Amino acid sequence: MEVIYITIGVSIIVAVFFFAAFLKSLKSGQYDDTYTPSVRMLFDDELVKDSKVNNLK
Amino acid sequence: MEKEQFYYDNKIVKMFLWATVLWGVVGMLVGLIVALLFIFPGLLEFTGSDNAISWLSFGRLRPLHTNAVIFAFVGNSIFLGIYYSTQRLLKARMFSDVLSRIHFWGWQTIIVAAAITLPLGFTSSKEYAELEWPIDILVVLVWVVFGINLIGTILKRRQRHIYVAIWFYIATLVTVAVLYIFNNLELPVTGFKSYSIYSGVQDALLQWWYGHNAVAFFLTTPVLGLMYYFVPKVANRPVYSYRLSIIHFWTLIFLYIWAGPHHLLYTALPEWAQNLGTVFSVMLIFPSWGGMINGLLTLRGAWDKVRENPVLKFFVVAITGYGMATFEGPMLSFKNLNAIGHYTDWIIGHVHVGALAWNGFMASGIIYWVATKLWKTELYSKKLANTHFWLGTLGIIFYAIPLYIAGFTQASLWKQFNPDGTLVYGNFLETVTQIIPMYMIRAIGGTLYLLGFILLAVNVIKTARAGSAVEDELAEAVPLKKISGKRVAGEPVHTWLERRTVLFTILTTVAILIGGLVEIVPTFLVKSNIPTIASVKPYTPLELEGRDIYIREGCNNCHSQMIRPFRSEVERYGEYSKAGEFVYDFPFLWGSRRTGPDVHRLGGKYNNNWHFNHMFDPRSTSPGSIMPRYPWLLKNNMNASNLEDKMTALAKLGVPYSDTDISEAKQALLAQAKEIETSLRQDPEFVKNYGNSNVQQKEIVALIAYLQRLGTDIKAGNTALK
Ligand code: HEC
Repeated sequence: MEVIYITIGVSIIVAVFFFAAFLKSLKSGQYDDTYTPSVRMLFDDELVKDSKVNNLK
Repeated sequence: MEKEQFYYDNKIVKMFLWATVLWGVVGMLVGLIVALLFIFPGLLEFTGSDNAISWLSFGRLRPLHTNAVIFAFVGNSIFLGIYYSTQRLLKARMFSDVLSRIHFWGWQTIIVAAAITLPLGFTSSKEYAELEWPIDILVVLVWVVFGINLIGTILKRRQRHIYVAIWFYIATLVTVAVLYIFNNLELPVTGFKSYSIYSGVQDALLQWWYGHNAVAFFLTTPVLGLMYYFVPKVANRPVYSYRLSIIHFWTLIFLYIWAGPHHLLYTALPEWAQNLGTVFSVMLIFPSWGGMINGLLTLRGAWDKVRENPVLKFFVVAITGYGMATFEGPMLSFKNLNAIGHYTDWIIGHVHVGALAWNGFMASGIIYWVATKLWKTELYSKKLANTHFWLGTLGIIFYAIPLYIAGFTQASLWKQFNPDGTLVYGNFLETVTQIIPMYMIRAIGGTLYLLGFILLAVNVIKTARAGSAVEDELAEAVPLKKISGKRVAGEPVHTWLERRTVLFTILTTVAILIGGLVEIVPTFLVKSNIPTIASVKPYTPLELEGRDIYIREGCNNCHSQMIRPFRSEVERYGEYSKAGEFVYDFPFLWGSRRTGPDVHRLGGKYNNNWHFNHMFDPRSTSPGSIMPRYPWLLKNNMNASNLEDKMTALAKLGVPYSDTDISEAKQALLAQAKEIETSLRQDPEFVKNYGNSNVQQKEIVALIAYLQRLGTDIKAGNTALK
């Protein structure tokens, strides 16, 4: 059953990778504010380009 | 700081959208055809049943269906959603237009290559990883392109906070890459034939570790990311709890990867590994349901919108389906339920709740909504979308419920004993014919679902005609302030990475560990392939060719080769399967489904003539059988030209073929083939029909040799070691 070492080994590597990513995101303040991001994403930042407006330009 | 103006790449989103629609129709159509083959096994024999076309047989079409819906339909829908949402969440155009285009066309090339090679019988036989090695390499390359493009976009983002959806995308990117590579390590023999470097139990464990995580990280995490973007966006209200979504993500990531062994309960896998799989599978219910609740509660107080907006309806059913599937999964991981459900149609029902409800309905909702954004117009017809919704929902119900019934029926019929200790349904075929009505209803469900999806295609085409596409959409955002860790303009990537020592260390460690494992693993796996049962011997050359035909025809899509240690199975099939019996099985062929009976102890059960007649026409020996006909096996000459190469490759992987075994392989093959022909000729009926043909050169002889060998190395009570 040596293949178990591969699956466990790889799983641990992946887990360690994500754990490091988690710590890093935590430290860099990604989760300081758990409200604003959920609202911010609702606002469209696309500029509505009406052909009429373009003509005026 | 001043706002910058830039453009979103809508064109790439549009391309993935059309690809999703196209492959959705194709993949579901193939699925429907496959479902119809259960009812009408001769459906595709246009050319006359004695001249049936090999590449239209069930064993070859079924992988085509699964690959098409997973990688082509869901794959493209994921990319469509990712390319749309990533740009907007990060306030940046994709990192590189060229990479986006390579990603798109590369992915479509893979799909077309799969659609050609799978029916031709080029397959590694491992479920959802059937593609042969050249295509595997292409998959990895395209995935890397996607990775660079995604990471590059994250690095050049204008929004410092990385919204939770992006985290789900990153997890998908990393994990799928690792899993795919490890499960597809194989030794090529020819351009389209390779052997898995793992054998037997090892191969099985790796395959299901992959198979489980393919569901987890290809069909679930990216779509959850899409849920966290599109559900709030369409409902125009923030996600119920952003904090919960973050917890959902991190717990899911850390739990998912350990649950794989639940596919191998009651096998030769060590007990503790099976238990580990069960424990983690059960824990998974918490993040999964957390996510489902978070998604559904986002719509709290907005149910009036749900009533009006077909897109939200799709999302509600999709998320509910996710909840059902992630409840059922942990339940099926309990050993006693698994003993009932495994190998039955229950599992097919289970995956289709996931596929049709969760993946199909998420994709449909996203397609409708994004279409209105891409073409800057209202949906062509809301009524049509509603019709699609109801057809689809009915389709799911008519698909899933009959298969649940079928699954329970099979499980109970397989296990019923007479008072004298014999099986009530000793003939497996009787358990098949009983569930045919369920297969019919399932096909109706599938038809409804496909019809609904065709309505989507029509609706989207009309919407596109009515609107006008904005291919590069103008947007503006404030660029990020440079902070010390960021790359200074003009600075080479490498010095920048060196300054970011932490990141650099992690990345290199990961790279080295993976590289190291890929290097070391094969060597120590070969050493571990020492037989533990003295009487287990490698396949003879003819049997090896027969086994490769079995793989080519995809018999493992209907037949398992793994007898579990239950009284009912031992009574029906014979001595239960031992780990040591599979050491020379490159790849393993345990299968996951019993449409036909288990064949692990088949050797010696029937005579050669029975097999010959059965393969030519299963209905001749087993009236009412739904197994396909294989007339071409009687016509095709065996192609043993790569025999020596195959044996050399297997020898490299640890099979004890000596140099003389290999150099004299052709003679050995001919001798055994002759023996089988001689035995076939003892039947006067055979001599009458095939007396003049040179049967020993035909493929059928190799297949018979393999079938007669199956499970004979140990017969009941003859377990030398272990
Ligand atoms: C569509 C599913 C399906 C596929 C694909 C399929 N079979 Fe079958 N097979 C069945 C069913 C159902 C039975 C039981 C009825 C019968 O005997 O035909 C069966 C029975 C058998 C039996 C008799 C087993 C026994 O113990 O009685 C053998 C041998 C067999 N199949 C071999 C094969 C081989 C070899 C292939 C690939 C070339 C194959 N089958 C492909 C469905 C399938």
